[in-house]
Amino acid sequence: MKEESDNNHKKSSRRNFLKKSLVAGAGVVATGGLVEAYLDTRAAETGDKVKVLTTDGKIVEVDKAHIKYPRVSREESREGIPGKKFVMVIDLARCKNARACVEKCQEGHYLPKSQEFMKVYLLQDNDYTAPYWFPKPCYHCDNPLCVSVCPVGATYKRSDGIVLIDTDRCIGCKFCITGCPYSTRVFAWRHYEEYDEDTQPYSPEASSPGVEGTVSKCDFCPDLIRVGKLPYCVSSCPMGVIYFGDLDEDVVTNGTETYQFSKLIRDRAGFRYLEVLGTRPSVYYLPPVERQFPVDRGFDGLDEEVKKRYESTPYAKKQRR
Amino acid sequence: MANEKELALLKEFAPQIEHTNLIQAVWMFFLAAVVGLGFYALYVQIAEGHEVTGMRDNVVWGIYIVNFIFFMGVSYAGALISGTLHLFRAEWRKPINRIAEYITIIALLIGPCYILLCIGRLDRLQYLVLYGRIQSPITWDVIAISTDLFGCFIFLYLAVLRDIAAIRDFQAIRIPKWKRKLYTWLALGYTGTTEQRERLHRATDVMAAMVIAIAVIVYSVLAWIFSVTLQPGWHSTIFGPYFVIAAVFSGCGVMIVVMWLFRKLYHLEKYITRKHFVNVGVLMLILAALFGYFTFSDYLTKWYGSERNDELLISLLFDEYYWLFILSNYVGVLLPMVVVGIKRLRTINNITISAVIVVLALWVNRYLIVVPTLESPYLPIQDSRPEWLFYSSTWVEWALTAAGIAFFALAFTIASKFIPIINVSEMADSSTLEDEEILT
Repeated sequence: MKEESDNNHKKSSRRNFLKKSLVAGAGVVATGGLVEAYLDTRAAETGDKVKVLTTDGKIVEVDKAHIKYPRVSREESREGIPGKKFVMVIDLARCKNARACVEKCQEGHYLPKSQEFMKVYLLQDNDYTAPYWFPKPCYHCDNPLCVSVCPVGATYKRSDGIVLIDTDRCIGCKFCITGCPYSTRVFAWRHYEEYDEDTQPYSPEASSPGVEGTVSKCDFCPDLIRVGKLPYCVSSCPMGVIYFGDLDEDVVTNGTETYQFSKLIRDRAGFRYLEVLGTRPSVYYLPPVERQFPVDRGFDGLDEEVKKRYESTPYAKKQRR
Repeated sequence: MANEKELALLKEFAPQIEHTNLIQAVWMFFLAAVVGLGFYALYVQIAEGHEVTGMRDNVVWGIYIVNFIFFMGVSYAGALISGTLHLFRAEWRKPINRIAEYITIIALLIGPCYILLCIGRLDRLQYLVLYGRIQSPITWDVIAISTDLFGCFIFLYLAVLRDIAAIRDFQAIRIPKWKRKLYTWLALGYTGTTEQRERLHRATDVMAAMVIAIAVIVYSVLAWIFSVTLQPGWHSTIFGPYFVIAAVFSGCGVMIVVMWLFRKLYHLEKYITRKHFVNVGVLMLILAALFGYFTFSDYLTKWYGSERNDELLISLLFDEYYWLFILSNYVGVLLPMVVVGIKRLRTINNITISAVIVVLALWVNRYLIVVPTLESPYLPIQDSRPEWLFYSSTWVEWALTAAGIAFFALAFTIASKFIPIINVSEMADSSTLEDEEILT
């Protein structure tokens, strides 16, 4: 079972979000007739109670340790969550490269340290424009080239907008990696010990790690979404940089703040990265204006190894001079 | 029945078919050892994962795919030289068309192996058929290459049929019984009746035309694997024809090198003359001009329009890869034009040296198409291990590359010991008057 790391004040707003947008379609943790399916009472109680909504509309309290997230079948995981169209908004004004999203994502997906689904770039468009930190998940494009080029249908686009990979199907030809113009996909160059940690049966939707010789990437955490939680990167960010929500219901939240998506994009001049490529991403950015931190704060507290990765950026080169 | 001229010619080639001398045995053993090393490297790659290669998340395709494009291109030599010249009834092709056909089929056996080396899960290869999606250029490639292999195999078989029948009928040849049985079986009862000859001729005509068309399709599909993506260096409309031209160009180069080697080794000076080197050389010159033109057009538009990512790619090519770029796109284009273009320089050895350079240059050209592009994606390579920034191939990749070349040579040696390296039957068809046309 996955660890839930959020503190209490976040939880209440997340539950609001859950009620507002996700309950209707998602297979939410249920009691009553479905107790066996979603509750595992063998685990030791933590005493930490969580309120959950049953299928007949009642709210009941269960122990946190007892919740078992349902694994979705392969067929179901190809369909997507009905009535949803997921969208992500990343506020560049707030990002200071705290890297909580990167690390929590790695942990949640059982990734080794050498693989990231979420990456943070230090971009500077030209010498005179300001540098900014740029978190980059998979864009879950509406016109995904990676899906078009896959010879075996291992990667596919779902009705809820998510682009998933079935690592049981993937033959590892890497064509999707070259097809993606955003360098989003990673390949398992060998077997990593971390992969063994996930012992539950495989489902493309679960945060299962990759398999040696196959491709994997950011999946928008559909297993968490199904149970009304936010993706790891969203819930872990200390700055609330990343918002996640539903385009159809026009709402996004970062766990503490909830916005009307269309208004947020309109008011803050949201944009999609490299719109010119015609891939139609599901991830929007808010421009890095009126920033809360100087860009250099992003280097604070970084591991030497991580710091080195930014050494060849134009900004870092200029600083050294 | 085989005619007298055929038998006389066969007699000359009989020693190659009858026995293998010590030098040849050592040579074949050496080649087999290199292929063996390749198998060991393959074992290492499968056992330890693709991590043993130089490929990483940015440069996901390395010299394997370069070898794939290269060998597929080389295989085009036969389709063009044998097919086209057959259709145009160019008499001078007769002593060299067997070499061309062998190149085609052997290179075509090697090429696809390299794309398999790029695949992470070979145990799931059957999914390409079970779950194949026609939208994917890889599926196009699977269909195209298997069609090509099938078509080329039929074409080659038709081309060797008469020689097989001739060997079967050649009583004086000292070969083991099983071998004679094999020839009898492979000859399919061909005895050279007028009807058989006519049918064979018609079938060869049809297959020659088909093989040319299929080869164009195969090579275009191969190019589209790259050009349908959005990668700055690949997303180019010119890639289809560009790859086709580059393929024939490299094929001509390999053709000349192989001609030179067999001429020396099997003492074929009588059959493969300066005329053949010059004629294939002229083909190479024309293709060099076309290839240079395509290369220039492609890079000119990239450089002149200077979209940011094209600019990055060009600066990478002229910085990190400067000498390789000069070798592949200047030396490789200009040298054959000078050597073949100036009559005084047009000697067998000079043409062969320029062909060697052409072959090298075209391998490098494919490397420069694949690797630097992957090293300069839209989003700069950051937040990644510094050692992952640039690609550098490992011993595993080089061992498998060497194994491919060794297999090419080995298969050629074996093939030449099974069926004469010169098309005996076609040579026998021509009169003495035509002989002059063929050889001088």
